[in-house]
Amino acid sequence: MPEYDTSIAKIWINGHSFEASDDMTVAAALMCHDSMGTRLSMSGQTRFAVCGMGVCQECRVRINGQPHRLACQEYCRSGMVIQTETAGGTP
Amino acid sequence: MKTRLAVVGAGIVGTACALKLQEEGSQVTLIDATSPGCGVTAAGMGHLVALDETDQELDLCLLSLRLWNDFFKEFPGTGEVSQCGTLWVAENEAQLLEAQHRAARMNSHHWQAEALSGQQVQKLEPALRPGLAGGVRVFGDSVVYPPKIAHFMAQLLIKRGGKLLTGKRVTDITTSSLIFEDGSKFNTDLIIVAAGLDVARLLPGIAVFGRKGHLAITDRYPGRLSHQIVSMDYGQAAVTADALAVAANVQPRASGQWLIGSCRQDQQTDTSIDTNALGAVLQSAMKLLPCLADMQVIRAWAGMRPASPDGRPIIGPHPEIPGVWLAAGHEGLGVTTAMATASLLADQIAGRPCAIDHQHYLPERLFPSLNLKYA
Repeated sequence: MPEYDTSIAKIWINGHSFEASDDMTVAAALMCHDSMGTRLSMSGQTRFAVCGMGVCQECRVRINGQPHRLACQEYCRSGMVIQTETAGGTP
Repeated sequence: MKTRLAVVGAGIVGTACALKLQEEGSQVTLIDATSPGCGVTAAGMGHLVALDETDQELDLCLLSLRLWNDFFKEFPGTGEVSQCGTLWVAENEAQLLEAQHRAARMNSHHWQAEALSGQQVQKLEPALRPGLAGGVRVFGDSVVYPPKIAHFMAQLLIKRGGKLLTGKRVTDITTSSLIFEDGSKFNTDLIIVAAGLDVARLLPGIAVFGRKGHLAITDRYPGRLSHQIVSMDYGQAAVTADALAVAANVQPRASGQWLIGSCRQDQQTDTSIDTNALGAVLQSAMKLLPCLADMQVIRAWAGMRPASPDGRPIIGPHPEIPGVWLAAGHEGLGVTTAMATASLLADQIAGRPCAIDHQHYLPERLFPSLNLKYA
């Protein structure tokens, strides 16, 4: 098995700092942080990543101020600011 | 004893007919192969729109739109209805002239419309690109979510004493009986066939065929658009060699999402996404609304409009099978004209004069050999 170099990525999840690694997707980081919610449905239900491959669109979050980003398709990078609609942010 | 009436197909047209005929005193059974509003009704845009390609088309649309207004007065907010109006956009002087004619035509039929200059169009919808020639704003048009309405009407039918049979696919239709896929027979006095694309299979001779369209929907961007935006090209767009006609048609949903169409394609056999067609639809919408380029499309799909050979809906008695009535072939206008279809059928079944000229829509026009007999 080849060894992969990973480095620590310190990110912000809804205002809380979290130590992820840069081979981790934002969706994975949210799971590790026990933030199992990304957006709200029209009726206000909590949604989270379902497919993990950029198809279902359920994992949309705001990353560095940019709305509608797919958490499952973005890798964590140090300084990233992630806001989920489920925590009261806009998508 | 009450007349037993079966409606085959619980799309928006079938449910509207079922509800109307139940109200008229029939004992109605509404039958669907899956469940209400799950076929063609779920694939389309849900634009309640006055189209005026011919006088008859405008009469049919306006009769229906007024009946829809009554419906929404009785059941406010059903199907996420929003009276956002339509903004027809003219990109050149020829289209502007046509837009002005359209405004005059709508107003003369007491359906309020206003011709606009390029500047007025821009002011009304700042997301539109600058430099447009103008347009026409039609105030009374609305946007709805059609499957919700079909579902609501089916439930209302049950509340009013009607019956709903779901998961029952009809394979054969004769005078006063239906045969289901499982071989069982259903006896009834009258039958209304509103089975969308299945009509041609059920009733050879009624050559309803699929005219494919592509749609895409964006994420939520509230406040960016307030009218349904349609290019004056709509219905006029040139058909390319691969039989694809495209005209920008962008609808603001109550959620802030944009629903983006539209195209028409013949000789298509399935509803898989054709990336060329979808690309052309998005390109034409972006040409009018440049900010779309930076918006996130979250889903895209294709559907089949049930079209009639001459482009007019098929409403009235089957000329060869007594007791069988048709509500079919509405192509892209079934949501708009569902209420008028129900009204025309109810009037004909009751032997009353219709509110508008119904002869234009009679199924017998599709049977030229019958016409010869009377010639």
